[in-house]
Amino acid sequence: MTPPRFEAANLTKRFPGVLANDAVSLHVEAGEIHALLGENGAGKSTMVKMIYGLMRPDGGEMRLDGQPYSPAKPAEARAMGVGMVFQHFSLFDALTVAENIALGISGMRPTRALSQKIIDVSNSYGLALDPDRHVQSLSAGERQRVEIVRCLLQNPRMLIMDEPTSVLTPQEAETLFETLRRLAADGCSILYISHKLDEIRALCSRATVLRHGRLVGAADPRQTSARELAEMMIGGAWNAAGAKAMTPGRARLEVQNLSLASEDPFGVALKEIGFTVHAGEILGIAGIAGNGQTELLDALSGERRTAPGCIRLNGAAIGDLGPTRRRRLGLCAVPEERLGHGAAPELSLGHNVLLSARTRQGLERRGFLSLTRARAFADDVAKRFDVRSSGVHAEARTLSGGNLQKFIVGREIAQNPDVLCVLQPTWGVDAAAAAAIHTAILTLAADGAAVLVISQDLGELLAISSRFSVIADGRVSEPRAVGDVTVEEIGLLMGGQAGPSEAIAV
Amino acid sequence: MIRLEPRPTASTAMIYIAPAAAILLSMAAGMGLFWALGEDPVRGIGMVFIEPLTDWFYISEISVKGTPLLLIAIGLSFGFRAGIWNIGAEGQFTVGALAGGATALALYDMEGLWVLPLMALASIAAGMAWAAIPAFLRTRLNTNEILVTLMLTYVATHILSILVHGPLKDPTGFNFPESRLFHDAATVPVLFEGARAHVGLLAAFLVVAVAWLTLRYHVFGFQMKVTGQAPRAARFAGFVQPRAVWACLLISGGLAGFAGMLEAAGPVGQLVPAIPVGYGFTAIIVAFLGRLQPLGILFASFVMALTYIGGEAAQIDMNLPNAITGVFQGMFLFLLLGIDVLTRYRVRRIPRRPAPSAALRGA
Repeated sequence: MTPPRFEAANLTKRFPGVLANDAVSLHVEAGEIHALLGENGAGKSTMVKMIYGLMRPDGGEMRLDGQPYSPAKPAEARAMGVGMVFQHFSLFDALTVAENIALGISGMRPTRALSQKIIDVSNSYGLALDPDRHVQSLSAGERQRVEIVRCLLQNPRMLIMDEPTSVLTPQEAETLFETLRRLAADGCSILYISHKLDEIRALCSRATVLRHGRLVGAADPRQTSARELAEMMIGGAWNAAGAKAMTPGRARLEVQNLSLASEDPFGVALKEIGFTVHAGEILGIAGIAGNGQTELLDALSGERRTAPGCIRLNGAAIGDLGPTRRRRLGLCAVPEERLGHGAAPELSLGHNVLLSARTRQGLERRGFLSLTRARAFADDVAKRFDVRSSGVHAEARTLSGGNLQKFIVGREIAQNPDVLCVLQPTWGVDAAAAAAIHTAILTLAADGAAVLVISQDLGELLAISSRFSVIADGRVSEPRAVGDVTVEEIGLLMGGQAGPSEAIAV
Repeated sequence: MIRLEPRPTASTAMIYIAPAAAILLSMAAGMGLFWALGEDPVRGIGMVFIEPLTDWFYISEISVKGTPLLLIAIGLSFGFRAGIWNIGAEGQFTVGALAGGATALALYDMEGLWVLPLMALASIAAGMAWAAIPAFLRTRLNTNEILVTLMLTYVATHILSILVHGPLKDPTGFNFPESRLFHDAATVPVLFEGARAHVGLLAAFLVVAVAWLTLRYHVFGFQMKVTGQAPRAARFAGFVQPRAVWACLLISGGLAGFAGMLEAAGPVGQLVPAIPVGYGFTAIIVAFLGRLQPLGILFASFVMALTYIGGEAAQIDMNLPNAITGVFQGMFLFLLLGIDVLTRYRVRRIPRRPAPSAALRGA
């Protein structure tokens, strides 16, 4: 009997105070697409990092095609035929596709022969790619193809994909699945990490589920319902939030003719954006990462200023006001980055509420801070939104992603804003925390606030928003009622308007 | 091969242990140095670190050296926390001494309790004005404040030199480049008869208390903390970066200028070209040795002043060169930074591993 392509037995990794992986075993057959499932903090990343040589296990062993396998660094893993495509790409914007690929492979130079090889590999797996284009001009989906081709050129026996569809349009995701199926048919094994249960059920033949660093079990995702898989992941029943029928009231947030250049040289400028959000309503803005979402949130939160009339809050022009004065008038915002933007990593939760709640919650009087009140408010937020930490003295960086996100979103909601603007409310957050955040946002809207949610997660937007538009290349499409659009139409809006992305003849 | 790896969790206790350890290690290294020079190591270290503490005269002298260090380091600590690097406190100290001294000379022989406060205000204003130049250049033209503050130090030194060689020269001073001795009303009162310790020490303690309260309870201190560790979070919180640059440079410039006036109108008693003796630079070490915390800086300025006095004692009794003080101060900073690195990273020896075989590479 042939040994499995990859096998891990009793893999253990210990961090101070945490057992990140506790004797986890896993095996992947040749040509199999195998899902690794689990909430954030379940130990998926740790496991994958050990397989790819970024971390050494503290115990257990791994085998590749029956041979002992213990890479000390990623270059060794690649040399032995294990490739990985990360969620965040490691590409240089100013270099061409071929140069980027050559950089990532030791001993490779960007020659004609390499370009030809890139074209060959691209063609045989349906990954349209022009080796001479600069990465800067590529869409997220095309960038991902560069990463995949880079792995394929090293003849991998196993390819690890970390949340690959998080930056793709539905159409791009479908193309990716096609590629992965072809690869698998050619005998390459794929270890596929994702939160999106639908994808896993469509793509994978087996799934290994982790929870709190332990192996919960394996399942055939095609035979198991999404609900059952989710329950395996979180270890209990859960309820997804559902959109409620809402009757919109007065216009609370009005954006008119908002144009703003980006601060980032590779960023996207906002172009003549206009929309209105009413009391009691959630407006969802979908879009692929890097189409102006960050710039739009900065303009709304007040971190960047515009002409006064571009943004109106309850009728008052606020475009030229900074974040503190906007908060006082009733506009709160949640940025995308949790650590370093929404929260200061080395400050306690009790101090982190001072970032955004100083004025609305009376935590500051004539420049002097009330630390007692700040701690009480932080404690209140933590209790109300089920934030698990060692207390309000815990530093923000010690919280898991989901708990910190609940804290940050909760901190803004607890201030009862008239308008809440949120970017990526559930990015990298486990299902239970996501459901809690959705419920909180829905409740806030039901109580009469206007909420703007900008997200890449279509499912999330369709589940909670009442109206819906798409941001592409710095423009926001006309909002439409959620019931009126199909996923296909949204996908076309997301990709179709995404700038001049000329097709490549292959 | 040796590699530094980040530790998953840095120990909080080490933040406070590290400065103490740096001082102890410096003492140990100093003993080695004395031994290499053929001196008795125990006697040498005792002379630098212990003996000055056994005599009231020396303790008073420690406070004379410690007062400017304390004032300047407190001022610098706000900016250092927020990543705004004023390296030119020495220059702000010099213009402060000059402005305070010039005020005293302009009011020569005038009596009144208002003379000293006026000199203090003039020195603070001058220090602030000197620091306003880098603040303006940084906020308007994005100039690096490290370079501008540092270079302005030399400008200040030369201005002082020109003025004491010219307009401010003592008319009855046999053409020496010195001003007149300040009159009594323009001299900082001493704390005890017969000692040089002066009321500037009390002012410095007051500044420590205010800085401690600001850092803990005022929104400005909070802003500095957030700006330093997470600039985007500071912007999210509504803090404006240019305003922080201005505030930090003006505070540190003003306090350094004030310290300069205290020095000129205190222990020195007149304007001389040698007013700047390096307090502005040593205070940078003090600020870091004190962990940018007001109480830590209080302690660190005391230790640093001790090395000045102990170094002088070693010069006199053991015929060692003046450099002995600088050696100890340098060792403090070097060892502190070294220990800090080891607190956050651990050293790992990586055995050279055989490269994977060619057969596998082709697979």
